[in-house]
Amino acid sequence: MSGANGLNLTLKVWRQKNDKDKGQMETYQVADISPDSSFLEMMDILNEQLIEEGKEPVAFDHDCREGICGMCSMYINGEAHGPGRGITTCQLHMREFNNGDTIYIEPWRAKAFPVIKDLVVDRSGFDRIMAAGGFVSVNTSGNTQDANAIPIPKADADKAFDAATCIGCGACVASCKNASAMLFVSAKVSQFALLPQGRPEAAERVQNMVKQMDEEGFGNCSNTGACEVECPKGISLENIARMNREYLSSSFKKEEV
Amino acid sequence: MSWFKRTFSSSIGRKFAMALSALFLLIFLLQHLAINFTSVISEKTFNSLSHFMGTNPVVQFALQPVLIFGVVFHFMMGFILEIKNKSARAVRYAKNDGSANSSWMSRNMLWSGLFILFFLAFHFADFWIPEMVYKYVEVNPSDPNRYYEEVVHMFENPIRVAVYCLSFVFLALHLLHGFQSAFQSIGARHSKYTPAIVKLGKLYSVAVPALYIFIAVFHYLAH
Amino acid sequence: MSVLDSKIPEGPIKDKWTNHKNNIKLVNPANKRLIDVIVVGTGLAGGSAAATLAELGYNVKAFCYQDSPRRAHSIAAQGGINAAKNYQGDGDSTYRLFYDTVKGGDYRSREANVYRLAEVSTNIIDQCVAQGVPFARDYGGLLDNRSFGGVQVSRTFYAKGQTGQQLLLGCYSAMSRQIGKGKIKMYNRHEMMDIVKVDGKARGIIARNLITGEIERHSAHAVVIASGGYGNVFFLSTNAMGSNVSAGWKIHKKGAFFANPCYTQIHPTCIPQHGDQQSKLTLMSESLRNDGRIWVPKKKEDAEAVRAGKLRGVDIPEEDRDYYLERRYPSFGNLVPRDVASRAAKERCDAGYGVGTNESGEAVYLDFSAAIMRYGQEQANIHGEHDASEARVRELGEDVVEKKYGNLFQMYEKITADNPYKVPMKIYPAVHYTMGGVWVDYNLMTTIKGCYCIGEANFSDHGANRLGASALMQGLADGYFVLPYTIGDYLANDIRTGSISTDSPEFEEAEKSVKDQINFFINNAGTKSVDHFHKRLGKVMWNKVGMARNEQGLKEAIEEIKQIREEFWKEVKVPGVADGMNLELEKAGRVADFLELGELFARDALLRNESCGGHFREEYSTEEGEAMRDDENFTHVSAWEFKGEPSDAVLHVESLVYDNIELKTRSYK
Repeated sequence: MSGANGLNLTLKVWRQKNDKDKGQMETYQVADISPDSSFLEMMDILNEQLIEEGKEPVAFDHDCREGICGMCSMYINGEAHGPGRGITTCQLHMREFNNGDTIYIEPWRAKAFPVIKDLVVDRSGFDRIMAAGGFVSVNTSGNTQDANAIPIPKADADKAFDAATCIGCGACVASCKNASAMLFVSAKVSQFALLPQGRPEAAERVQNMVKQMDEEGFGNCSNTGACEVECPKGISLENIARMNREYLSSSFKKEEV
Repeated sequence: MSWFKRTFSSSIGRKFAMALSALFLLIFLLQHLAINFTSVISEKTFNSLSHFMGTNPVVQFALQPVLIFGVVFHFMMGFILEIKNKSARAVRYAKNDGSANSSWMSRNMLWSGLFILFFLAFHFADFWIPEMVYKYVEVNPSDPNRYYEEVVHMFENPIRVAVYCLSFVFLALHLLHGFQSAFQSIGARHSKYTPAIVKLGKLYSVAVPALYIFIAVFHYLAH
Repeated sequence: MSVLDSKIPEGPIKDKWTNHKNNIKLVNPANKRLIDVIVVGTGLAGGSAAATLAELGYNVKAFCYQDSPRRAHSIAAQGGINAAKNYQGDGDSTYRLFYDTVKGGDYRSREANVYRLAEVSTNIIDQCVAQGVPFARDYGGLLDNRSFGGVQVSRTFYAKGQTGQQLLLGCYSAMSRQIGKGKIKMYNRHEMMDIVKVDGKARGIIARNLITGEIERHSAHAVVIASGGYGNVFFLSTNAMGSNVSAGWKIHKKGAFFANPCYTQIHPTCIPQHGDQQSKLTLMSESLRNDGRIWVPKKKEDAEAVRAGKLRGVDIPEEDRDYYLERRYPSFGNLVPRDVASRAAKERCDAGYGVGTNESGEAVYLDFSAAIMRYGQEQANIHGEHDASEARVRELGEDVVEKKYGNLFQMYEKITADNPYKVPMKIYPAVHYTMGGVWVDYNLMTTIKGCYCIGEANFSDHGANRLGASALMQGLADGYFVLPYTIGDYLANDIRTGSISTDSPEFEEAEKSVKDQINFFINNAGTKSVDHFHKRLGKVMWNKVGMARNEQGLKEAIEEIKQIREEFWKEVKVPGVADGMNLELEKAGRVADFLELGELFARDALLRNESCGGHFREEYSTEEGEAMRDDENFTHVSAWEFKGEPSDAVLHVESLVYDNIELKTRSYK
């Protein structure tokens, strides 16, 4: 029996034992889901149900459940983080769905994000891109110059902040028809390119990060804009244009050393 | 690896090259349209311009190869990028809703591009190859007044006119995404100018193919 | 004489840290290359420590259970970070920050540690700006500040509502740089399962690779625990789902004392629980209390009607609303400190005036309509619209409120589907931060030699209550500016030790016990899921060891937790395999530790016969329900030594001496 507002749903979920398994979609039913529940709470209920039935629960990444850690990563009904804009999977609520709906739940799909298990993918490519240049080379000393020594125009500081809000969830890669990581990489390149502290090594940075991005096997940018639409933090395509500019100008202008 | 090779084998460098060839082709399309359009206005002007283009050594032996290179490069690079992009996602989604976040045009540049490629083959067979044979194989005498007649003759066939019209619809779709995309790829984006570029892009993408279609239909109906 | 030696340096408080740094041993750069340090946890404390240690030249091995260091829960901190920069020229100073922090902590923190924290706070801001952290700036291009609860100066640096994220990404960048250089070896998706002691010194850890399930031995000359707080012992909290006490608890079981476990911060402005299916609570920044007024209905029947869904808060007339904070605390009103605001909300809900839609009716209103109209009128005056209609004033006011709190309002609407511009928000307190943690000395070393504990995981700087925007400050101070120096004093003796072998019997034994526990979980023929037990534990903790505690409840809680724990070891069911990714298995290990900590937590609360900061005992309160501290008997740190069962733990006491600050009663009347 179902509650007054409870949702009964059919779930088609990708199940894959490990990185070597081929994997397949499985169908499950869940009943009486509160519309106030979050999507991941619905997944919790499914898992409780599976454990009760003696089956293995669905593995999925999640942590903060408030849309900031970037861990959760589900492709729901054909969209990264499901329907709704400016949200991560954990911020998606069941009131977005109707009783009787069938929901497709898949992992991020990209050659550079191999599936580890079920809905869990390996995004360490992002970490390697960061290690290639996503930093300002300054040691901790306590003796760097005073924080107010270099004024930064508010507009630049705000733009840098907007770029820096990227949570590295990978929705851009998942949404892009080419599985391109340009939005992620450009957000970090832009943040530092816009700040005086990041300028001294801006050319090196963009070269190294793009090189690593290409080596990871991400696709090219076709400017479809899907990434920007699906990005939970609304990172702008402007950043990609800026990275293109930074990359090209550093390619043609920077002296070979 | 030399810096040049490194740059143009990177993802951004390839897109840059793609965009440069696209911008070049955008200019070519305008020039081609301008000459074609004279056929609607004045037979004489059209013939004299066509004759100039067809016989001027700079056009024939310098600009024409560059154009052919540009076209071939744009297609080849398009295919290379497409192969790379396809391989970046080995396993497809069981359910994917592309229309939720992007335009049909942006997702189907390959198909609109391929259609244009078939059109080009058709167009070459129609005009360019006979022209080359006429001039350089058979080495016929120069006739400055033959061009208009040839065009009119071509557009007597309704099937050909239909194929032309359809092709230009695909060109419009290709341009609707391609125009602004080219600017994005070379990093030309600015809060002040980009809105104008986007508007210009839409205007260009609709007006230029529409005028090509107009010319074909005009000749079909007028004769 | 206590067995606890806090190692606080001699001398006047303002010179202690400088003198200490001048006198501790250093390790020369060539020797640093021969020394390995393990850092567990990559939040603000662990991340900054790992990066700095690697910059100094040590070989660092860093571990996190998430898929990347960037995901540690420091990322969720919203409000800001305090620093005594005095950029606003409003009279701030190191001493004032020190004073506010000690007072805010209800005089239960160590003076010397807090002073050092205030002292290095300014370096943090310099360091972060140099790293490219995009703090908010004013139109002149200089850094902006805002003020935060309980203080009289503007010393909080911020990056919109995402300060924690920006600071953590700064740390992560610094780490990435060292990972790229090979100075940090990063172990993502690895969980520390136990610490390994050789000859009484911390010499490594046993870790589980969460992808392959492999049990790995890692050795080092020192181990740094930076694994965060244990708020998830309540099941529902604002912590991340994976946040756990296990690293801290494992070292506790191997000899590290656990201090003040009962000090828990309950944050007053969280989104209320919607029902039983809830997995986690979401915090709304404290800054909302600057403009929101908190109330419940004056009449019980109105509250009942709201709970039954028959009446909307917005329809209750002004005269039937009880603005209880303004009523009880006229001078601070809605801006009383977190612990006071939280308890007042609980008091009203317990009395039957709550407006929540869940079973217990736990929610109060946070209403912006007055602020909207006030701002709207102001704007109307500015624009010269002197006869603006009410609707127009409201519209103008909503614009102002949107500029100030837009992202928070949006977040609220996403979760609740209510529009907070039109109807009052519903809020309720939730577990947010734990001031208690592993006991450490001035050098941040635990009672295990060579084992350090930093950030929220230790107990040191916040006393019984933490001030807003101080958690980020402490995490980064420990990681960037304190530990990297103090650890050298210990490691200087290890320059000839050479690399530590993992083939010793100690590693063997530790690995075996880890494997035994895993095998037990996998093979146990239980019938109930891990969450089943975690939820039960959480309910006991919340109801009896939560915002308000009493002797009877705590005694019951101790018994109930014991029972749940016994049942857990009999009845827990963990599906899946040991040699592969198994999220249930991970949870089982963590909940097993929570079940032990919970009991110690309740014992600690039971023994502390006073009310201070986040610890409120109903017996020790005034008639008006205000907290009563007992400075005579409880001006000390309670540090627990593990002896087998939580009930056997032995209490050690570190007396707190206040030479620079006079102890006063906090009053917000």
